[in-house]
Amino acid sequence: MDNILQPWPWYVSGPLIALVMVFLIYFGKTFGMSSNLRTLCSIGGAGKYSDFFRFDWKAQKWNLTVVLGAIIGGFIAVNFLSDGSAIDLNPQTIIDLEKLGFENAGSTLLPAEIYDWSNALSFKGLAILVVAGFLVGFGTRYAGGCTSGHAITGLSNLQLPSLIAVVGFFVGGLIMTHLLLPLIF
Amino acid sequence: MKFIKFLFVGIFFGIVLVKSEAVSWYRIYEMFKFQSFHMYGIIGSAVMLGAISIWAIKKFRVKSIEGKEIDLPPKNKSFARYILGGTIFGLGWALAGACPGPMYILLGTGVFSMLIVIAAATLGTFVYGLLRDKLPH
Repeated sequence: MDNILQPWPWYVSGPLIALVMVFLIYFGKTFGMSSNLRTLCSIGGAGKYSDFFRFDWKAQKWNLTVVLGAIIGGFIAVNFLSDGSAIDLNPQTIIDLEKLGFENAGSTLLPAEIYDWSNALSFKGLAILVVAGFLVGFGTRYAGGCTSGHAITGLSNLQLPSLIAVVGFFVGGLIMTHLLLPLIF
Repeated sequence: MKFIKFLFVGIFFGIVLVKSEAVSWYRIYEMFKFQSFHMYGIIGSAVMLGAISIWAIKKFRVKSIEGKEIDLPPKNKSFARYILGGTIFGLGWALAGACPGPMYILLGTGVFSMLIVIAAATLGTFVYGLLRDKLPH
């Protein structure tokens, strides 16, 4: 039981994520979480503005069910399957983050400096969350997939386009982490 | 009942991503700083096992649960959309520390300010739909 309550090592987690993909393929679907954002647009009536959203979203109900499950899974994991141990970050990462003004790095899943309501509802904090979300939503659809669709499924299926997309993920991620985060924080 | 298996896969996915800490902003930051093998190990081992699985599914012509052929359509050939879209996505990923799966999972862990990110991501997808014909693909 201790092994379950502690954080899981990469060599357990990675294969289990592959299993999620295999299950969805075996169920006749694919592993792609960002498609749900397009579905949400369609449900909200975006088809009035663009053909891109004119499709039978009801055929995507299975994927919305995966989302519902993922929310429940997150709830179960933190409330019943965690011993509250801190994330075992590289000490250098913690020092680097302290320089940016992030305290207690790794004591929670997300930094309070970004996600606590007091920060999320400040002008700057709100701008960070809105810009970050917008870039993710815009970029993932432009690239035709996100981490699950390209980095896991696409690479597993030996798709060159997915490799290009993953290179892009890293180009963007490295620019943000090394050049922009020090300017923002 | 048809949907219950998808609900369970989702629950399993949510638990694995929390327990692996792949939903953590800090782990994403650490990955982009090349200061830990953790995230590379997760993605690398997932892709290795995933590639073997997909190879086996094709090789042995495994049928889906409904007895149909399993068809994994190849991605459209292009360069611009993948590198440009990917880079935009990466900028957001490293700032929010969450990609579209973890966004929902983190909501389940009780981080309700994530609703702002999810709403903004939905808006981003909507704006892509409006501009799609004007963008290089």
